[in-house]
Amino acid sequence: MKLLALVDCDSFYASCERIFRPDLKSKPVVVLSNNDGCVIARSKEAKDLGIEMGIPWFKVKQKFLAHKGHVFSSNFALYGDISKRVMHVLSNIAKSIEVYSVDEAFLDLDNLDLKSYRAGTDFAIYCRNLIWQWIGIPVRIGIAPTKTLTKIASYLAKTKTKYPGIFCITNKKQIQSALKQVPLRAVWGIGNQLNKKLGMAGLKTAYDLANVDARLIRDKYSVMLERTVRELNGERCLELEEHPPTKKQIIVSRSFSKNIIHLQDLSPIMKDFGVRAGEKLRKEKQLCSQIGVFIRTSPFRAGNMKHQASKLYALPGPTNDTRDILHGIKYILPKIFKEGYLYAKAGVLLKGFVDYHVKQYSLFDDQLSLKQNDVLMTQIDQINAEEYRINFAAQSKINYTNIRRARVSPRYTTKLNELPIVNRK
Amino acid sequence: MKVSYIDKIFADDLPTQFTPLLIEKVPVGFPSPANDYLETPIDLNKYLIKNPTATFLVRASGDSMIGINIGDQAVLVVDRSIKPTHNSVVVASLDGDFLCKKLQMKPRIALISENPNYPPVYIGYGQDLNIIGTVTAAINKF
Repeated sequence: MKLLALVDCDSFYASCERIFRPDLKSKPVVVLSNNDGCVIARSKEAKDLGIEMGIPWFKVKQKFLAHKGHVFSSNFALYGDISKRVMHVLSNIAKSIEVYSVDEAFLDLDNLDLKSYRAGTDFAIYCRNLIWQWIGIPVRIGIAPTKTLTKIASYLAKTKTKYPGIFCITNKKQIQSALKQVPLRAVWGIGNQLNKKLGMAGLKTAYDLANVDARLIRDKYSVMLERTVRELNGERCLELEEHPPTKKQIIVSRSFSKNIIHLQDLSPIMKDFGVRAGEKLRKEKQLCSQIGVFIRTSPFRAGNMKHQASKLYALPGPTNDTRDILHGIKYILPKIFKEGYLYAKAGVLLKGFVDYHVKQYSLFDDQLSLKQNDVLMTQIDQINAEEYRINFAAQSKINYTNIRRARVSPRYTTKLNELPIVNRK
Repeated sequence: MKVSYIDKIFADDLPTQFTPLLIEKVPVGFPSPANDYLETPIDLNKYLIKNPTATFLVRASGDSMIGINIGDQAVLVVDRSIKPTHNSVVVASLDGDFLCKKLQMKPRIALISENPNYPPVYIGYGQDLNIIGTVTAAINKF
């Protein structure tokens, strides 16, 4: 049986923080989102305290700190570097890998010729130990013939396994027994809605779903779900995607540390978002044809008047020029903004992407000026990458992005003056 | 210079008994003498770091390792993929602190400083010692 593996880092951001803080071993650790808004990573000890994923920090702060928990603002410089290291190790072991997210990768193990359960388990143990020793990150490894089954194996590796963090499914019999232990909602691709629907049809476990006729599923539900059923039965329908698909949209948004009441205060901040979104767009080598702006008041503060609004605007043609984006924001924002509300979050969205190389020029575009715009944007991006900031006049003068990253750890692996210290005292 | 160059390119195709006859035929016309001396600049990363994925840099503090030229503020190259042996210089975590010491494995496990003012640290029962990696170089800046 040809095998795939899913390697999944345990509580990734929290584990990254722990590499350089041996004093935090087996203590509760959480990492907060940009601006210290919500909990986005929890160590096992923090999960055991009942800290939920995505919960606003102010709701759990007291309880968490009372239990001597440690809290970090997000340090993406560190997490990015550690992620790269993990992926590098994996790509040297496997025939090919699909980096599925910052802390997850699918591996094609064809090259290893793992013939038995024993061989699969030995490989997983080797791989897990290697990443732990070389980088200091604990990982979970699920091995199985299809992607959907590796997700099942990874789920079972959390608890129901002889070897901690490892679960192997290498034959039909093991598939059957594994599926019986997994609830429907834990199957890859089964969201809340679908879980309810299938539950009403009497399906409770992954095993129940796997035993429904795949063709019936296609007729009653969708081709996607049919694929899931086939994959659960060990038939490979989803291949590894080595080149990530291009993004469909770009969002730049923030929660504000202080509510914003006036349009003249919000407007420059939205322009900052627009500038950042433009940089991201050019990095993806895309052009966008629509821009959206959204604003909302806090959903958590009781007593405040609530308002949220968003609006899309079609740009005159596919563009990656920051000035077009800023123009769009200037046009939309006054149309959705209402005086008298305390705005807590806002963002800019770009969509309707066209690949940079397939752009259709309109009849009236002046080729030469388009080229010059390209050169201008490229120059600005290059200069800004080296920490000199070229700002657009419409941008804010404050560096709002650095507000509320009160508990950020040093950039241990990417800045020479922030290295971990040994022999302190 | 020429021998090694040709050697590299044809290494796979050549019989093991390689008589360097080939060299005589290669130069056509007058070659630029500088060609033989084209080299890439020295890469300190390559010199100091064998396994970048498993290598971390840390900064030393104090003079406890001065005997092997690890000064205050030296940058240490720590390779987590190299298994330490008796007397390796290591970075370890002991009860939550990072230490750089010489690892003594016999007769009993201890962390040894390279400075007579610092006594050996013997690892007692219940103490939590983790060897993080082996120190492969120290960079002192003047």
